[in-house]
Amino acid sequence: MSAVVDTDSAVNGPCGRRGFDTLAAIALWRGRPFITGCSVHLIRLNEKISPNVGKMIVDAPDVARYRRPGQFIMLRIDEYGERIPLTIADVDTAQGTITLYYQIVGKTTEHMARMKAGEQLKDIAGPLGHPTEIRNFGTAVCVGGGIGVAPIYPIAAALHREGNRVIGVIGARTKDLLILEREMGEVSERLVVCTDDGSHGRRAFVTEALGEIMAAEKVDIVVAIGPVPMMRAVSELTSPSAIKTLVSLNSVMVDGTGMCGGCRAIVDGKPVFVCVDGPEFDGHQVNFDELMTRLNTYRDEEAVSMREHRCRLGEVGHEG
Amino acid sequence: MKDKVPRQPMPEQPPVERVRNFREVPRGYSDETARLEASRCLQCKRPTCVDGCPVRVDIPGFIKAIRDGDFLASIHVIKMTNSLPAVCGRVCPQEEQCEKLCVLTKKGESVAIGKLERFAADYEREREQLEIRAASERKEGRVAIIGSGPAGLTAAGELAKMGYRVTVFEAFHSAGGVLVYGIPEFRLPKAIVQYEIEALEKLGVEIVLNRVVGSAGTVNDLLSEGFDAVFIGTGAGLPLFLEIPGENLQGVYSANEYLTRANLMKAYKFPEYDTPIARGDSIAVVGGGNVAMDSARMALRLGSKKVHLIYRRSRAEMPARVEEVHHAEEEGVIFQLLTNPVRFIGDEKGRLKAVECVRMELGEPDDSGRRRPVVVKGSEFTIDIDVAIVAIGNGPNPLIPRTTPGLALNKWGNIVAHEESMKTSRKGVFAGGDIVTGAATVILAMGAGRKAAMAIDTYLQTGEW
Repeated sequence: MSAVVDTDSAVNGPCGRRGFDTLAAIALWRGRPFITGCSVHLIRLNEKISPNVGKMIVDAPDVARYRRPGQFIMLRIDEYGERIPLTIADVDTAQGTITLYYQIVGKTTEHMARMKAGEQLKDIAGPLGHPTEIRNFGTAVCVGGGIGVAPIYPIAAALHREGNRVIGVIGARTKDLLILEREMGEVSERLVVCTDDGSHGRRAFVTEALGEIMAAEKVDIVVAIGPVPMMRAVSELTSPSAIKTLVSLNSVMVDGTGMCGGCRAIVDGKPVFVCVDGPEFDGHQVNFDELMTRLNTYRDEEAVSMREHRCRLGEVGHEG
Repeated sequence: MKDKVPRQPMPEQPPVERVRNFREVPRGYSDETARLEASRCLQCKRPTCVDGCPVRVDIPGFIKAIRDGDFLASIHVIKMTNSLPAVCGRVCPQEEQCEKLCVLTKKGESVAIGKLERFAADYEREREQLEIRAASERKEGRVAIIGSGPAGLTAAGELAKMGYRVTVFEAFHSAGGVLVYGIPEFRLPKAIVQYEIEALEKLGVEIVLNRVVGSAGTVNDLLSEGFDAVFIGTGAGLPLFLEIPGENLQGVYSANEYLTRANLMKAYKFPEYDTPIARGDSIAVVGGGNVAMDSARMALRLGSKKVHLIYRRSRAEMPARVEEVHHAEEEGVIFQLLTNPVRFIGDEKGRLKAVECVRMELGEPDDSGRRRPVVVKGSEFTIDIDVAIVAIGNGPNPLIPRTTPGLALNKWGNIVAHEESMKTSRKGVFAGGDIVTGAATVILAMGAGRKAAMAIDTYLQTGEW
């Protein structure tokens, strides 16, 4: 097989894993590669799109090949890194890349924000979770709050492609924190933009805008992704009129494959695992109180990790 | 006068010392002690011990080689049927298997078969005498192994030795399955697992990490894209919870999560490593198996002052190995036997602060043949804790069954596989280990992996299902 190996390593570019090339060669030779790519996750683009949100395009051909809207990955930046879940916002199957948006809130995302194109992420596993059910519902209102606009965008786009009448509602605390306004506009028949301080669009919460839409017309489905209080408020708003409402839960995860149980939530009074049973659930059935409690589990440790990280970067003194 | 030599103990780190580090507890035999222990073996013509071994190691054969001082010959005997001897020598429940059936057991104490196995494996590794015995001929056929735990690694090793091309898909970023995420360093050093995995790679086994089959491609995809047979060894990866009030409070973990954070993610080195873990002063572990013991002992090493182990039956019914219970007790774990938690109590911020328990007594035998624990009325009491670890077992992970049409499951969701051939209801698909049996032992999973490898060989050679 050695001749084939040599040819193929040139085709597939840099790849660290021993023996990979042989397999890829065999797979390519058979025409439909199961192992499409290599385990090197080269960063193609990394930029800040708001003061606290980064956009990263990174090589992950296996993920790109299988991903559908609503799914996520687990990533680890380096050997010391934790595993964090991130929604896959977009893929380019031809390039074998995926697009991630991340809110710079902790040590890992802070580190990510400092990485440059040409550097690599250590591990990416996915796609994980159930994809969003995409079909023609009729009128679909897609509500995104803060970083939640990133995961709502691919869902809105898919619903739009499927022939739904998409009404987008996006919000943020202030103008600078608003992301993907143009992209959401492209897939929405109408886009309502809200900021808490009125610095851009309407001065309103997204629920206010949603309430007005519901009063004015028949809504067949609402998909809401954002901070837990926002998803709770949206669910409470749509519950009396029994409008199907999907929310995407973000929770503490280690493996993302059902193994750890850290992501457990209560839905319809029963325990579920967000990673394998979700991440999307019927908003009317989610126990948001329990969810909030669990999300605060590592607040103190996260502060320590962040402080240590900044110390190493020399940004703050050790007492700081 | 062989029976005059007593069973040789293995030196251990003293409890007060070892609870402050993560190093392995038993230190291993010296050459002399190993030979002395080996001399106790009667070299039975019809060795009953072998019947107790799920992978049928030639036990008298390897012990004879140790007795004669030919330590490398001894490991080669073991490796004819056991691809992970350094692991088995440490974590197998020998007292329930080979050693239980040893003739000497009737007269007193069995030969320390497990400790000798460990000695032979360590001897080879520490002297870097590993000999790769690659297949003499290549065989047509590619095999996909899903999961790199004991079942998958064993099947992979056996098939590679036969000459097949083998690819192992692992969901995590590191191979080894439960051997790396579950069993702690102080019981199974990770360097040993790494060594065994590298040995497989040298045999030509390909390991693809971060690949979640069932989610990133399915079993059907594997079969239609170049693999001729698939072995599913994904383990029992879905933790069970008590389903009592307060279980979602901050500080309540599944043992899987707790041990994965500590072992695989190296949370014990936080903040050098990024993954956090709650370090409580007072901890409760619920359960009586090896995983519960591992969790309790890990908690001590993470600095907990008091570790309570809550188990609803009595010591006699504990599924954990006697040695592990003994180690836990020596290290200061407080056993709350015949005790059952009824609810977790939190503070106003949702942080765990106590567990309410009831005392139990043993009634009539239940389906498992063990006496059923019943609540003692009015026996409620609380223990102040800041972390709880639920170690009451695992169910089957749904990712593969859900995405593999036509794969027969039993009522618990485990994959149905033939006892000997490990064949599933799908042609070309085999399964073994915890995904079939429910949570069991490393060696049973390895036995299944070995049987599956034989059956896969037959299937690939004959094409008959």
